[in-house]
Amino acid sequence: MYLSDDFRLKVGLAEMLKGGVIMDVTNVEQAKIAENAGASAVMALERVPSDIRKEGGVARMASIRIIREIMDTVSIPVMAKARIGHFMEARILETLGVDYVDESEVLTPADEEHHIDKKSFKVPFVCGARNLGEALRRIAEGAAMIRTKGEAGSGNIVEAVRHIRTIVKEMKQLTILGKEELVHESKNLGAPLELVEWVAANGKLPVPNFSAGGIATPADAALVMQLGAEAVFVGSGIFKSEDPDSRARAIVKAATYYNDPAKLLEASEELGEAMRGLDVSKIPESELLQTRGW
Amino acid sequence: MKTIGILALQGDFDAHRKAVERAGGRPVEVRTAKDLDACDGLIVPGGESTTMLKLLDIENLTEPLRQFAGRKPVFGTCAGAILLAHSVTSPTQPSLNLIDIDVERNAYGRQIDSRVAHVEAGGQPMEAVFIRAPKIRRVGPGSTILATYNGDPVWVEQGRHMVTTFHPELTPDSRVHERFLEKVSTLPSRA
Repeated sequence: MYLSDDFRLKVGLAEMLKGGVIMDVTNVEQAKIAENAGASAVMALERVPSDIRKEGGVARMASIRIIREIMDTVSIPVMAKARIGHFMEARILETLGVDYVDESEVLTPADEEHHIDKKSFKVPFVCGARNLGEALRRIAEGAAMIRTKGEAGSGNIVEAVRHIRTIVKEMKQLTILGKEELVHESKNLGAPLELVEWVAANGKLPVPNFSAGGIATPADAALVMQLGAEAVFVGSGIFKSEDPDSRARAIVKAATYYNDPAKLLEASEELGEAMRGLDVSKIPESELLQTRGW
Repeated sequence: MKTIGILALQGDFDAHRKAVERAGGRPVEVRTAKDLDACDGLIVPGGESTTMLKLLDIENLTEPLRQFAGRKPVFGTCAGAILLAHSVTSPTQPSLNLIDIDVERNAYGRQIDSRVAHVEAGGQPMEAVFIRAPKIRRVGPGSTILATYNGDPVWVEQGRHMVTTFHPELTPDSRVHERFLEKVSTLPSRA
């Protein structure tokens, strides 16, 4: 599976996005701001997660007209979200020609038992995960990039931190186990033995590992990258802030210089108000986005 | 052992780090002008050329990079080739003009048009990974074409500098990185 040409191309594009920022945009104007600020890709969607949270209703794949306008406007890769399990939304996005599909918990799930069989697509997929088992199940289905789920639209980094720390710790633990213990861990994780063995041998995921869900400041981006994320997705954090343009630039800078406190200070200076965040512990269980999918 | 800097503003610099190690060089990540001081050569990796251009500009790295290239070899892959070109279209954007080629961005189409292909390099086949790749539309008289794909130049060198529109860092074949290390080792450096 890992060596098929198709899969190498899918992972290859994810490699190109490393060290960068993928920004949620809902229209052409926002897409232009994102590209001008140095986004390495944009994610086209109808409403940013914080609005989905506020307004409720069923959140679906974005309007084709808007995605197409964005594709025609920017030269960087364009991603779009499909509902969990909604393989026909994904098929339509693939036919449209988007560069990556995000099978996303931010949209209302279409299937509560099955995720999309991503191997049957030519377009690459990114999927969210809260722990190693979830990440490996998505990779087994064909995802070529994993991102932590965090808690989208919360403006609160705590869940993204929890998820990246969990995945990194679970990977470290595998590296010290013997062969028969890996069989047992495969059962515990609910993930294929072949992938569990790969992670044990390499100490990392077989696909790039990005972070999403709650990143609102340059410091947030640097934090998750310090913890092991290789790039960041920023959803509501940019266009729900007071100063989308300068904040977008600042987060781009932070993703590159995550290991350089002086540059991070520069990036953090002269920013306006960040988006108003939510206390995740006050969000009712039924309204959490991260528990969608398995 | 030669020290090869890899511009690590954004993109697949980590894949290049491994490729440089495989080819027998010592890779270091470059994010500031000062990082260039330790380097015998520089690789500009694949990624998004617009993102790299923004950061080069904001961080005042364009001039130090030009000065470095005036003395030492630079190798660009994909987005890196776009940055090193004489001129860029689709869309038009600034470039460093280190190598006399004109480049059209995303010339094969979008991600679904990305491909693993076999190119012809010095009479030998070479596996090449093209991802949202640019096309070299013009090659200046001072440049040498080292590989072609369907008649299009995909690996070009001029003096100490070199570009590929594909990603040799994503295949186990070390020939392209070895050639760059050879240039770094043999070209007289005026530094």
